[in-house]
Amino acid sequence: MLAYIVRRLIAIPFLLLGVASVSFVLSQMTKGDPLAALVPERMMSNPEIVNAVKAQWGLDQPLPVRYVTYIGNLLQGDLGTSFTTRRPVSTDIAERLPATLELVIAAMIIGTALGLTLGLLSARFRGSATDGISRIFALIGSSLPIFWSGLILLYIFSVRFSIVPGTGRLPPRVTPPPDVTGFYTIDALLAGDLSLFGQALAHLALPAFVLGWAVTGIITRIVRSSLIEGLSQDYARTARAKGAPERTVLIGHALPNAMIPLLTILGFTFAYLITGAVLTEAIFAWPGIGSYAVRAAASLDYPAIGGVTIVGSVAFLLANLLTDIAYAWANPRIKVH
Amino acid sequence: MAMTSPDTAGFSPRRRFEGTRDIWRRLPITAKIGALMLLFWILTVLTVSFWPLADPLAMVGRRLQPPSTANWLGTDALGRDVFARTMYGAVWSIPIAVVVVACAVLIGSTLGALAGFFGGWSDSIIMRLVDVTVSFPPILLAMAVAAVLGPGLANASIAMVIVWWPIYARLMRAQVLEKRENEHVEAAVAGGAGSLRVLGVHILPLCWAPTLINATMDFGQVVLLAASLSFIGLGATPPSPEWGSMISEGATKFYSWWIAFGPGMAILSVVLATSFLGDGLRDVFDRRSA
Repeated sequence: MLAYIVRRLIAIPFLLLGVASVSFVLSQMTKGDPLAALVPERMMSNPEIVNAVKAQWGLDQPLPVRYVTYIGNLLQGDLGTSFTTRRPVSTDIAERLPATLELVIAAMIIGTALGLTLGLLSARFRGSATDGISRIFALIGSSLPIFWSGLILLYIFSVRFSIVPGTGRLPPRVTPPPDVTGFYTIDALLAGDLSLFGQALAHLALPAFVLGWAVTGIITRIVRSSLIEGLSQDYARTARAKGAPERTVLIGHALPNAMIPLLTILGFTFAYLITGAVLTEAIFAWPGIGSYAVRAAASLDYPAIGGVTIVGSVAFLLANLLTDIAYAWANPRIKVH
Repeated sequence: MAMTSPDTAGFSPRRRFEGTRDIWRRLPITAKIGALMLLFWILTVLTVSFWPLADPLAMVGRRLQPPSTANWLGTDALGRDVFARTMYGAVWSIPIAVVVVACAVLIGSTLGALAGFFGGWSDSIIMRLVDVTVSFPPILLAMAVAAVLGPGLANASIAMVIVWWPIYARLMRAQVLEKRENEHVEAAVAGGAGSLRVLGVHILPLCWAPTLINATMDFGQVVLLAASLSFIGLGATPPSPEWGSMISEGATKFYSWWIAFGPGMAILSVVLATSFLGDGLRDVFDRRSA
């Protein structure tokens, strides 16, 4: 197992190099002009200034040199300069990453809690109306376009019934809490400001639910099928024969065994979360890297969208690696090759 | 995770399929509903221009009217009939998904079959390419490619093919690797068949089932991703009645929920239909291979 994890670890830098190379190729194909981001418009007609800037940023170098420079810059955390914000992409991303993480973590908690509950309910009452309703709720969550469910829920809960506030992380003109973790809910608690915490939580609730609902489907499905499988195993029969009530068999015996297949789909779930986060942030004007990517893509700002893509790929690779490790650790019978 | 029913699995007679009618008979009811829903959308695409619908691009009534008997799903910000636009939206969304899935299957399966059959260098190069492509979160790769190529449905389709081909390369490679070991393949090689003939005549015909099932399921996901790209402004451009861009128009007219309602339901029905049908097909074929 150790050999397997080491092999996966060795593969990661090569995959990252591949990701960076694809990103470089795309950056060379882009129609947006990098000069436009560097030279003020009225100086574009001055060839001396243009050439000086080209030399300074290495735009006059041949392709292989630019490739090496690009990879070297990436290694130092330099993702280039955004055409639209005219700031380093890494600064933009660092500023916006906590908002995305707060949303994604909250969604993951909601999705897992809902998925486990629904999976348990439908396995326990298999074939009943409860089973049917749980499965339909889960199925619709993973089949709905998230930008549509977000829009409709926002209309129902915010516009129509004013149960939750509108878009964004906080009401307009409210000062965010002092920055410690970058999570507004946690920072507000750390600052001891309960009303601010309430406001931050109220703004987080709906987007986190929308995003969580999207992953509930996969989790419910995997929990339900592995619980039902577990309930027909010998260990479940033994427990029943010894007089354990059905509830104990389900939660004490079948549920722990259902955790292994759940671990294996975490990486898959993460892909759903990234996709969902991009669209949820667009709908809820959530100032994370997803809405940044959407704005960048719409204005053909390649350095920005490329930067988000690289950061997203690193996170995606790490999530998949963690999934593999957790799986190998939880299920030593599996021979990995 | 196949949803097999343990009650009947042990009794299923293991005989060969006689044809599509046999497959249809064995499909669960949900899969039949899914197939009918897909058929409905395909017929819509083919015949919608003969339907007595309003012109999807023309102003037919007052702006932003809620649903009524005249306009079943209301009117949008330009006074166009939302119901007609939703139906015409299929003409954009469905063919795009067909083309994207077909291209992804064609490119992915070809490369995967070559990798699995010939092994060695071609295998290494193709599979490393697959590894790198699947290292990207799908939507970000699609957005980056679409941003480089510029907005538009054709470019969005290219982006989606780039995202999707690796799945089929992996599927086909695994199938070819497995079927290559069959004895009839050995017999064909011993009989002097050339490698392309062995691959094309003796191996590939055995490999299509998993690809077909996956393609069915992916169809709905492609519709979803295409709509997502249009929603963020990288796919279809106004005034075309594409489902994603219609929802994006609805997003700016917050109080008129009906603008986004129709296209959202249309996308939901396609995604549900393909996942029902894909599940059912998988159950049928899994039982055969069991």
